[in-house]
Amino acid sequence: MEFAFSDEQQMIAETAQAFFTQNATSTRTRAAMAGDGIDRDLWRYFCQDLGFAGIAIGEDLGGAGLGLVELAIIAEAAGAQVAALPMLGSLLQVAPAIAAGGSDAQQAEWLPALLSGETIAAYVEVSDLRVEGQLLTGTSRFVTHGAAADLLLVTNGEGAWLVRADTPGVTVTTQTSLDQTRPFARVELDQVAAEALADPAGGLACAYRTALVGIAAEALGGAQSCLDRTVDYSKERIQFGRPIGSFQAYKHRLADMMIEIEQARSAVYWAACALDEEAPDAPLALHAAKSFATDTYFRCAGDMIQLHGGIGFTWEHDAHLFFKRARSLQTMLGNGDWHRERIASMILGEAA
Amino acid sequence: MKLGFSREDELFRQECADWLNGQMAGEFRDIKGVTKLTGSPQRRKEWEQQLAAHRWSCIGWPEQWGGRNATLSQQVIFAEEYARAGVPGRVNHIGIELAGPTILTFGTEEQKQRFLPDIAAGKTIFCQGFSEPNAGSDLAGVRTKARLEDGEWVVNGQKIWTSLAHISDWIFVVTRTEEGSQGPKGLSFLMMPIDQPGIEIRGIRQINGDAEFNETFFTDARCPADSLIGAVGDGWKIAMGLLAFERGVSTLGQQMGFRNELDEIIAAAKANGAAQNPLIRQRIARAEIGLRLMRYGALRMLSQTDNSRMDGAALTYKIQWATWRRSLGELAMDVLGQEGEISPYSEYEWDTLPNLFLFSRADTIYGGTNQIQRNLIAERGLGLPREPRWTS
Ligand SMILES: Cc1cc2nc3c(=O)[nH]c(=O)nc-3n(C[C@H](O)[C@H](O)[C@H](O)COP(=O)(O)OP(=O)(O)OC[C@H]3O[C@@H](n4cnc5c(N)ncnc54)[C@H](O)[C@@H]3O)c2cc1C
Repeated sequence: MEFAFSDEQQMIAETAQAFFTQNATSTRTRAAMAGDGIDRDLWRYFCQDLGFAGIAIGEDLGGAGLGLVELAIIAEAAGAQVAALPMLGSLLQVAPAIAAGGSDAQQAEWLPALLSGETIAAYVEVSDLRVEGQLLTGTSRFVTHGAAADLLLVTNGEGAWLVRADTPGVTVTTQTSLDQTRPFARVELDQVAAEALADPAGGLACAYRTALVGIAAEALGGAQSCLDRTVDYSKERIQFGRPIGSFQAYKHRLADMMIEIEQARSAVYWAACALDEEAPDAPLALHAAKSFATDTYFRCAGDMIQLHGGIGFTWEHDAHLFFKRARSLQTMLGNGDWHRERIASMILGEAA
Repeated sequence: MKLGFSREDELFRQECADWLNGQMAGEFRDIKGVTKLTGSPQRRKEWEQQLAAHRWSCIGWPEQWGGRNATLSQQVIFAEEYARAGVPGRVNHIGIELAGPTILTFGTEEQKQRFLPDIAAGKTIFCQGFSEPNAGSDLAGVRTKARLEDGEWVVNGQKIWTSLAHISDWIFVVTRTEEGSQGPKGLSFLMMPIDQPGIEIRGIRQINGDAEFNETFFTDARCPADSLIGAVGDGWKIAMGLLAFERGVSTLGQQMGFRNELDEIIAAAKANGAAQNPLIRQRIARAEIGLRLMRYGALRMLSQTDNSRMDGAALTYKIQWATWRRSLGELAMDVLGQEGEISPYSEYEWDTLPNLFLFSRADTIYGGTNQIQRNLIAERGLGLPREPRWTS
């Protein structure tokens, strides 16, 4: 037992933090927000030069062969800067699904292009999907970075299919979305020819785990940034002749943020580590991490606005980028209440 | 990063569990499951001695002083198995977790020789004499005085809220040794035997009806000159060092006690149907998550004590568990409903869950109140400006 980063993990963390801090700047993120929510240069550089895109994917499949702890480290660093990248759909959902559930041919066809960033993929969940042979019909309105996707992984929760976005019958419409760094698209499928994923259950389970760990880690990074930036501001801003950070009511709110964030950190790395080690409490850890970290992020982002005063309510200040990302992570893949109810049923049995 | 324990560690776990379960099924069966700090004090002193006789008392200490030089993993495992076996808390926890480590860190060779083996052996039960009527959160306000006279320290003044003083053998006190000094300057740290005419102890009744803590009066109370730890005037530094020991491995054992409390709430909720209430289900899930995060937070804290970022994170631990437990007490009562407000006893005495509800109101007060914890986190963890305080 050693619940601390190894030297290698520490190095990955430092590299990733430096990368995102230097490159995922507010100016660049805002430029991406005005477009399709993707900073293309950052994406290319992240996938091709940094080599972190396939961090938790096996070496035989072109990844780095590391685990979810390392993946969480990267997602945390990306989240800290609200980086405008299609990481969730491409690397946390579709690539893991193909790596865990694709046939050799599907892996060979898609993984290299996904990991190099040339192909962007989106995850399309349609609960009432109509399946006729290999033809799919249905609509999802919440497909992250869907408008930029070349490849769609369509699922109804049981089956999973690969669909090229330019297949006849696919209509993708951008939605004006609260979080412009991760905009939703409406994806309509009308009798679209699709290729079934070889092992849908294995693929979907892997995508689910990876996405929840990634989301929780991203939330952790975002929450920590909200705190760090507010602490910096509180030392500079003077009112009543002294720094606002010297008022106890203000200090205590910052302390409360830190208390929550340190618990969120324990949650994220407990979940990542428990999944890597296939520990029996891994499912509980995953629900705990997702609900706790994203709720923490939302609270910290809200406090960030309040503790900045008027400037925090402006479009110009970055507080709203965190606030909006926090909100979208909270509802993504089940909100806090939903995940806590899963935990409740693990320890109390299903509700009547 | 690794959460699993090695095979060797698992064997050690088995060894701990076997021994502890054997004791709780055998000679010490009568104290199994005692939860109140004041329950069966005599038998529990004997239990301390039994632990020491088998070198299970202070396994993290050097072998020289009765320990086993146990690794961190082993200490974690022992703390967990200890609580799992239903063994009552250590009556000498202040000696083992506070006085002992303080002497190990700041004491002379001679003082180690004099105190450590007896603390480990449960022969010297310690209590903590910090708070005074006018010095609570502001510990630097202590007025109890000590002066050197014929090779002895002579102490006058009063301490308050002294937990378990009535069953203790020694008390460590923060006293003012420099006449006219103020604030953190001029304080010293003394070890005093309690059984002497100059020390008088009066119990104080608490909201749950118990009298765990006391007023402690010093009237020309005495101790030998070499009972002073560190140098004259070092009292503040040593008191602060001691408070840091409170975040040690014992927290994991404490958490196992919390586990038992939450399990009792879960059982009660299943039995009376509260487990079907969606709001109660959410709160139980939150309590479960909070408890797990405490465990992993403690493991992080213990895995990297020399990491500077972690020093800040470790500051969040006290308020985290105290606040969690206070909410747990409220959850317990909400699960029980009005039933929780009636005791089966004729005395003003309570079963585990109502007692948890009452006692947990103290968790956010002793050892630094929640407000003081937030000040510490903000100032030491986040580098914010300090509150106004003593200047000299
Ligand atoms: C069950 C129990 C057991 C105890 N056992 C021991 C023991 O064994 N030995 C021992 O020495 N002491 C013991 N104590 C005492 C305990 O450490 C003190 O009660 C605690 O430090 C608070 O001090 P106080 O009671 O004087 O409250 P005060 O310091 O008077 O505080 C009153 C209120 O003011 C707030 N406050 C004070 N200062 C500030 C500030 N700067 N900023 C914001 N708010 C502030 C506090 O948070 C609190 O809400 C025990 C207490 C309890 C309840």
